[in-house]
Amino acid sequence: MKRRDFVQLAGLGTGAFLLPGLAMGRNVSPEAFLDSGVDVAVKKRLADAALNAAKSKGASYADVRIGRYLNQYVVTREDKVQNIVNTESYGVGVRVIANGCWGFAAVVDVNNEGQMAKAAEDAVAIAKANAKLMKEPVQLAPQKGFGEVSWKAPIKKNAFEVPVKEKADLLLGVNAAAMANGANYVNSILFLVNEQKYFASTDGSYIDQDIHRIWPIFNITAIDPKSGKFETRNALSAPMGMGYDYLQTNPADKVAGVTTRYKMGYDMLEDATAGAKQAKEKLTAKSVEAGKYDLILDPSHLWLTIHESVGHPLELDRVLGYEANFAGTSFATLDKWQSKTFQYGSKQVNLVADKLQVGSLGAVGWDDEGVNTKKWDLVRDGVLVNYQAIRDQVHIIGGKESQGCCYADSWSSVQFQRMPNVSLEAGKAALSVEDMIKDVKKGIYIIGDGSFSIDQQRYNFQFGGQLFYEIKDGKIVGMLKDVAYQSNTQEFWNSCVQVCDEKDYRLGGSFFDGKGQPSQSSAVSHGSSTARFNGVNVINTARKI
Amino acid sequence: MAILSKEEAKKIIDKVLAFSKADEISVGLNGDRSGNIRYARNSVSTSGETTDLSLSVTSVFGKKSGTATINEFDDASLEKTVRRAEEIAKLAPDNPEYMPMLGAQQFQETQSFAESTAAINPGFRAQAAFNSIDPCIKKDLTAAGFLQDSAGFSAIGNNKGLFAYNKSTSVDFSITVRTADGKGSGYATRDYNDASKLDTKAATEIAMQKALASVNTKALEPGKYTVILEPTAAVDLLQNMMRSMDARNADEGRSFLGKKGGGTRLGEKLFDERITIYSDPANPEIPTSPFAGDGRAQEKVTWIDKGVVKNMYYSRFWAQKQGVKAVPAPSGFILAGGTESLADLIKGTEKGILVTRFWYIRAVDPQTLLYTGLTRDGTFYIENGQIKYPVKNFRFNESPVIMLNNVEAIGKPVRAAGNLVPPLKIRDFTFTSLSDAV
Repeated sequence: MKRRDFVQLAGLGTGAFLLPGLAMGRNVSPEAFLDSGVDVAVKKRLADAALNAAKSKGASYADVRIGRYLNQYVVTREDKVQNIVNTESYGVGVRVIANGCWGFAAVVDVNNEGQMAKAAEDAVAIAKANAKLMKEPVQLAPQKGFGEVSWKAPIKKNAFEVPVKEKADLLLGVNAAAMANGANYVNSILFLVNEQKYFASTDGSYIDQDIHRIWPIFNITAIDPKSGKFETRNALSAPMGMGYDYLQTNPADKVAGVTTRYKMGYDMLEDATAGAKQAKEKLTAKSVEAGKYDLILDPSHLWLTIHESVGHPLELDRVLGYEANFAGTSFATLDKWQSKTFQYGSKQVNLVADKLQVGSLGAVGWDDEGVNTKKWDLVRDGVLVNYQAIRDQVHIIGGKESQGCCYADSWSSVQFQRMPNVSLEAGKAALSVEDMIKDVKKGIYIIGDGSFSIDQQRYNFQFGGQLFYEIKDGKIVGMLKDVAYQSNTQEFWNSCVQVCDEKDYRLGGSFFDGKGQPSQSSAVSHGSSTARFNGVNVINTARKI
Repeated sequence: MAILSKEEAKKIIDKVLAFSKADEISVGLNGDRSGNIRYARNSVSTSGETTDLSLSVTSVFGKKSGTATINEFDDASLEKTVRRAEEIAKLAPDNPEYMPMLGAQQFQETQSFAESTAAINPGFRAQAAFNSIDPCIKKDLTAAGFLQDSAGFSAIGNNKGLFAYNKSTSVDFSITVRTADGKGSGYATRDYNDASKLDTKAATEIAMQKALASVNTKALEPGKYTVILEPTAAVDLLQNMMRSMDARNADEGRSFLGKKGGGTRLGEKLFDERITIYSDPANPEIPTSPFAGDGRAQEKVTWIDKGVVKNMYYSRFWAQKQGVKAVPAPSGFILAGGTESLADLIKGTEKGILVTRFWYIRAVDPQTLLYTGLTRDGTFYIENGQIKYPVKNFRFNESPVIMLNNVEAIGKPVRAAGNLVPPLKIRDFTFTSLSDAV
């Protein structure tokens, strides 16, 4: 299947923002977003047409996803609105098992039963053709049907109902604040997504779901013309499974410290004001001396390290070799899990997969193969205890039911195993960031995510950040720059000595987790409290050209 | 039919233009048929084929523009789409950087379409996968691969006289072969316009050799090494550099081409004098569309000439502001090279490391174009002109700008990811740590 969803936003500063697949569709007017779409009774009728056709052609299982995907991006720089993109994509994907093999077919803009039946027949024909190349038949974990049910993201204000002008004005205000506080350039974007998904299967489920996502971001550049040097500071926002309410903060959402960070509400104006000053401050910050440091990692940074070094290696399809030609395989092999003694991290490290977490990107009622979502342990007391698996994989790890983490980024994409929210549990003992820093003799406090790279089996990684503060004898003594740390996944998580308590717990995440060929994007959150890692190797990234 | 002829495309576009009530209107018409097959663990996992034909209308009033798209082609649908684009445009804010649409342009002929690729069907893909999987099964190796092909056309027309049409095809193939014990891994990738040049068996055999030769690695200390980068390894870093040659970023002082005290490094010698990089849409090895997405003609452009920065690419707005020609970004580049093969470069190396490919390359510092990433799927130690043994994978932290100043030898260019890139022998390439990954 073709992905026609690679949008490069021009003029956004060096290496700024690439927007891979968000199930882009046709351009529409913003008013189209207020249309409620196809009625649920019609969807059921269409779905039944496909399910019946699949069964009559010999499918042993079939599921149907009728999807309407709405996207709005408001793109600005300094005092200009560069672009407002409104897209809608509507269509159906039908997946079947016939002769023990998967088959899939998709069709755009469906409005009658005949089209549905044809798609189902095509899927069965593909399954039967591919069955000849199949070594073992698909083993699908049993799943009970749920009847006619629905789930809606618990949003307070639907962002698609907010006038575009209000959004553009917000971003232009943010840009003005950055420029007034020392920025030379600023780009800002508001991404909004609404997935309206209807799922039906031969197990007897008819599931209607309404999912909302929001992500406000900016990129501030400060330049020192004399030296020709420039520095940037990106937003400390998180992409959230929320409505426009994420942009309406109350004091309880703010975490005070060297810079303000945010929980379930983001003050973009305040962050841009601080960001501009910090981008300027970076120009004259001390260049880090390479060596071993104790790292204090803020949740706005640590989410990405969790994503790369825990989320990905514990995807069962990677472990088994299905992603060998692209994303890679995994160091976390089945024998390590079977041993029940593999020390992924220190005793302080508890990592959970969770598709229920309120406000997170991964939260849904049911996954894209009709499995009710849940929460489960991946690493408990430092020991590897489980993976992420879906219906056709879970038997490999002795499971009787799917963990409910199957996802497709569009009606036109085949659903497959995708990362649930994977998070580090907060520490059980009361511990604030201030108290954590007090004990550090030689350390660096890192806030915000930056450059990231990890090998194809998820051993060796390197991460940068947005803000780096030097800690000496329990005190923050100033800003650093040119910082990146390198470690090995198992070594790193075993060097975790403390995790702050739940009062500091926050989510980070991304809209753009890529996997598969052709590549599909998935949105995922990762929560944590600030955590301390001892004796990590820090390199200096300054070069001269 | 997803691939319309030039005449068919023009007829539809002209009809749409006639519906317009706006100051300016531009119509894009694109169609393609694309397919793929994916396999892993020596078995096909997914395959599919889609066709697509869509039309997009951009209407402009003053400096306000709006876009609407449609994939139905009856007169009523086309007119409705024009009206919708006009409605969206009227509601849009002024774009202060809006540029009036282009008039008629002259385009050169390029041969970017091959019948062999347009004729690919599910049987071809299954056979290509079989030719790759079968030799692996016979040697107790595990294949994971992906083949993707596309045949399509792109047409643009507007009410200022512009009309552009191009047909193109592409086929991309990649294969990773791993040993049964997971201790060896090899990779090969090929891309062509013309699928008759693709031999998945031959490419797979290279990946098989690399997998078998890369078991029992030795660990070398991280540090600065002479490396031979195969084209597949060199291309990503070079591509990242080429994508950073935007003039506006340089003028604004936030690019590696920005200069101390203001201005840009255009005209400065920034690389070894053996480095010349140019683009040419008509190059027979990497033919591309003769026009950019906005209708500007793609011409032969020298970006770096004997180490000197000669050109940067411009948006039409920025070029007008700077009073220069609006050269668009190229869709492929050519790093000029010599005649030596990869084997010749290895033969001439006393001590060095051969790199098959890099993986997970990410920008670390846009100021210096410092990138990090890792070697993958075949990294070998060379001594006295011969491959001695496989080595553990490394993480690198290196800038293509520094790399292209440390050139020891440049081989004969071959096609890599739509570009022509020679194998490169580079001294003092910086590896900063070891990876256990295979």
